Amino acid sequence: MPTSSIDELIERDGGGGAGYHGPFGNGDDWSGNPGIPQRTYVTGMILAVGGILMFFMALVSAWVVRRGFPNSDWQPIALPRILWLNTVILVASSFTLARSRHSLIAGRDADSRHWWGVTTILGALFLVGQLLAWRKMFAAGLFLATNPSSSFFYVFTAAHGLHVLGGIAALLLVAWHSPRRLTRETATHVVALYWHFLSALWLIIFALFLLEA
Amino acid sequence: MSSNPQVADSVTHAPNSLLRRYVFSTDHKIIGLQYFFLALAAVTIGVILSLLMRFHLVWPAAHLPFIAGGIMTPEQYLALVTMHGTIMVFFVLTTAPQSAFGNYFLPLQIGAPDMAFPRLNMFSFWLTFLAFVVMLSAFFVPGGAPISGWTAYPPLSGLGEVTGPGEGIGQSLWVASILIFCVASLLGSINFLSTTIDMRAPGMTLTRMPLTVWAWFVTAILSLLAFSVLFAGGILLVLDRVAATSFFLPAGLVVSGEVQTHGGGSPLLWQHLFWFFGHPEVYIAILPGMGVVSHILANFSRKPVFGYRAMAFALCAIGFLGFLVWGHHMFVSGMNPYSGLTFSLLTVSIGVPSAVKTFHWLGTLWGAKIQFHSPMLFAIGFVSFFVTGGLSGIFLAQPAIDTELHATYYVVGHFHIVMGVAAIFGIFAATYYWFPKMFGRRMNESLGKFHFWLTFAGVYCIFMPMHFVGIAGGIRRYADATGATYLAALQPLHQFMTIAAFVTAAAQLIFFYNFFRSLKKGEAASANPWNATTLEWITASPPPSDNFGGRFPRVHRGPYEYSVPGATQDFLPQHLAPEALGSANKEPNNAN
Amino acid sequence: MSSVASRLKSRGTASPAFLLAVFLVILVAATVYVFVARLYPAPPPISRDAVLVDRQYDLTLWVAGAAFVLAQLGLAWAVFRYRDCGQQASHIRGNVALEILWTFVTLLAFVGLGILGRNAWAGARFTPSAPDAIQIEVTTNQFVYTFRYPGPDGKFGRLDPSLVSAPTGNPLGIDANDPAGKDDIVVSELTVPVNRPVELLLRSQDVVHNFFVRELRLQQDAVPGMLIPVNFTAERIGTYEIVCTQLCGLGHYKMNGLLHVVPQSDYAAFLKREALVQ
Repeated sequence: MPTSSIDELIERDGGGGAGYHGPFGNGDDWSGNPGIPQRTYVTGMILAVGGILMFFMALVSAWVVRRGFPNSDWQPIALPRILWLNTVILVASSFTLARSRHSLIAGRDADSRHWWGVTTILGALFLVGQLLAWRKMFAAGLFLATNPSSSFFYVFTAAHGLHVLGGIAALLLVAWHSPRRLTRETATHVVALYWHFLSALWLIIFALFLLEA
Repeated sequence: MSSNPQVADSVTHAPNSLLRRYVFSTDHKIIGLQYFFLALAAVTIGVILSLLMRFHLVWPAAHLPFIAGGIMTPEQYLALVTMHGTIMVFFVLTTAPQSAFGNYFLPLQIGAPDMAFPRLNMFSFWLTFLAFVVMLSAFFVPGGAPISGWTAYPPLSGLGEVTGPGEGIGQSLWVASILIFCVASLLGSINFLSTTIDMRAPGMTLTRMPLTVWAWFVTAILSLLAFSVLFAGGILLVLDRVAATSFFLPAGLVVSGEVQTHGGGSPLLWQHLFWFFGHPEVYIAILPGMGVVSHILANFSRKPVFGYRAMAFALCAIGFLGFLVWGHHMFVSGMNPYSGLTFSLLTVSIGVPSAVKTFHWLGTLWGAKIQFHSPMLFAIGFVSFFVTGGLSGIFLAQPAIDTELHATYYVVGHFHIVMGVAAIFGIFAATYYWFPKMFGRRMNESLGKFHFWLTFAGVYCIFMPMHFVGIAGGIRRYADATGATYLAALQPLHQFMTIAAFVTAAAQLIFFYNFFRSLKKGEAASANPWNATTLEWITASPPPSDNFGGRFPRVHRGPYEYSVPGATQDFLPQHLAPEALGSANKEPNNAN
Repeated sequence: MSSVASRLKSRGTASPAFLLAVFLVILVAATVYVFVARLYPAPPPISRDAVLVDRQYDLTLWVAGAAFVLAQLGLAWAVFRYRDCGQQASHIRGNVALEILWTFVTLLAFVGLGILGRNAWAGARFTPSAPDAIQIEVTTNQFVYTFRYPGPDGKFGRLDPSLVSAPTGNPLGIDANDPAGKDDIVVSELTVPVNRPVELLLRSQDVVHNFFVRELRLQQDAVPGMLIPVNFTAERIGTYEIVCTQLCGLGHYKMNGLLHVVPQSDYAAFLKREALVQ
């Protein structure tokens, strides 16, 4: 078999769509367009969760450092009691979302959709509850700049709340619109990852608030 | 690998309208080029700002026609310092090596049709572009651009206009731009990591990835974890500035006679948050360049990278250690001196993987057959600069010596040599190397060499004297030498550096001319003009929209199989099946 | 251009290889010369801690300098020796023994330097001030240094930010009601006696500033909200410049002061003289 220059071979091998009829390789050595594997979306969400977690850890370290100053002007705030209810609601929403996903995998579509809706409503209730907590704080004269403890309270709850809002948008989007690139299973998995992360994150934040009270 | 029947539109059908093909494209190659040209615009602006700075340092009383009042004021000088640093670090050094070349070549080098999330990719670019516009707008608002340096330490940056001109709206726009940039980077890093983890061609194990892919991978991890922290710090700074909080602002401040009402915050908290980002950031700037240099050295030495696994491991070690050393920017900040010692020992430890990489580059050249094309010249230049800049860092890593050198021109010389030169040489090397692939044409070799020589000599002339200025006590961010009396003796060095700066900047016009002329008039490039082994060279120049024309490669060997004994040519492309090479060709069993 | 290029091409790859090697040799020679000839040295040290810093600097210069020379010359040699003259490149993938060796040697050298550098740092920073150290408070603001001596009672008077008023002669905001402050001496230049331990208490009224005296090899940020002590014992009489190295605003480049190291008798006279003027 006369050998062509490697450059010619490569030209014939991989150039823009021209038919390949060369002597090297067999058909099995090439694949069609692999596209984007479903698991990539899960990987992406795990990475996103990592980045978001790092953001909150930066805030936590700022909180720890600020609390620990000598001659500190730190005044622990009295936490609005509705925060307990909000916590229960958010954790419950994780359970309902897990239930919804479980139903989807088991093929019970209607059940899945039902619990998906419940999760969305619980998520919205959580946010309403957080806003009510803010109102309680305003009523007690504790605003963003009142003291360092209140500053962190608002920063943590606002940052977490905004992420929850994003989560609710995702829940609605997946319910309304069948994703083209993601299968329903993947979309559910990805949203669930995000949502469970936010629940766990809230438990950490709430625990921090309780620690200092 | 399960494949999704629904592939992104852009990878099967090329979009039709001009707007969707070149402006709002989801094709990673177009996005890579968009980042590239953004970085090119940014570096042009950044260099002009630095020339104005160097001019002012030597002729502070000169009349400049474009300044109201004629003479540059100290605050205008500091605005130049701030914007030069910010634009170069973010919009050039974080953008070109990773977002530009990484976006273009990561999918190609791993045999993928695109990045994992093409629309997110497009969104990341336009966010970066928005951040750039917001940053530049700071020049044009009342008060002008901020004067607190790219490091923006509060309280100088946290109290508004009262601390100085530019600290009002200018500083607010600066912070807004940085926050937008953080989000863009985070989204970009998610794309890079997902793509590398899940979309490698069959047969491309981790130890068959080109070192460029390793470098982009580690850099993306650093980005993901570092920009999140900068974002948090930036939010807190914004709140201090506009919402009267006191994260970074202590009580009892009196600025220009006005008592400030903040209380209890700590300027050191900002420094910790900023440098926790800031140190990984400099590794984000240099790691892709290291990957490119390894790649190019192998190609033009016609030899494998010496110690491939150690090189990959060193990239990871530098990335990991890079998160543990931020305190070396804070030795004299008021931080606990015992912490200083800890940070110092960790910092000198980073010298080890860095030195290891240098030895391996030398090892790659040993026993080689070196072809001195332009990319190779810049890669060799990178090694020289990395040695110089890395070794000058050993001084700064020790707090006792840092006490003498902190905030002097020694530091400015050090970081310019590693970032402003070595990393830039990495970008030049990558540009000359991949220009044929991106544009289907060759750049002019003679002009490339001429550009190299002038730049190589020029930047050593600009930045080596800075070390001597620093040792003698020349302080950075000084608008001129009319303060302390001992500074006057250092002016001859400043004059030399300024002249070198203007000459070297002018030499870059050769690059611009070569680049833009070659886009249209360069000699046509084949698929593999450098006889290289990696996957980007098996496809056309430029590649088709799905990268491989419907036929995606499988990988059979490591990325640097050059001069394999017994082979009929001195390189074995990664994708050619062993049986296709004929029985005369033997190759090592080892996958790497 | 093209005829030059073709002449270069006809000499094969000798030209860029040779040029690179020559350039690197010149780089090494020039750099070594500037350091060895001490063309732009730091001013001579005036304290024991400063001498320790210089010793550590010199040690580091030897180690880094040797590495610099070897690496740049090694690069020069490699690019020249292995330029393409038609040879076959050797397919070397690595050498584990060599890799382990140079990793270990580098680790020893760098970490060794770091550990040896501890002493110079510890001497200045880990040791508390001597019990008889003279305490002087240094206040920084945009863009001056103000120095306060506690006076015969050895105590600093209380400061109140709302009382700060430079135009009416109270730049530090000393509370007139505090008896401890009545004998405080506030001056704009720092005077210390030779061979006596001094403890400076650095503070800032507005933004982060810095106190740096080259001859002492002593540099420390002055951070608002903190009172940061630094110690030194000056052993040579003279006047030295104090500069601010932390970017503090538009007047940063003009923020400087003077340190006078004087004989003990002059120092006593200075205190007496200033006490009358306050």
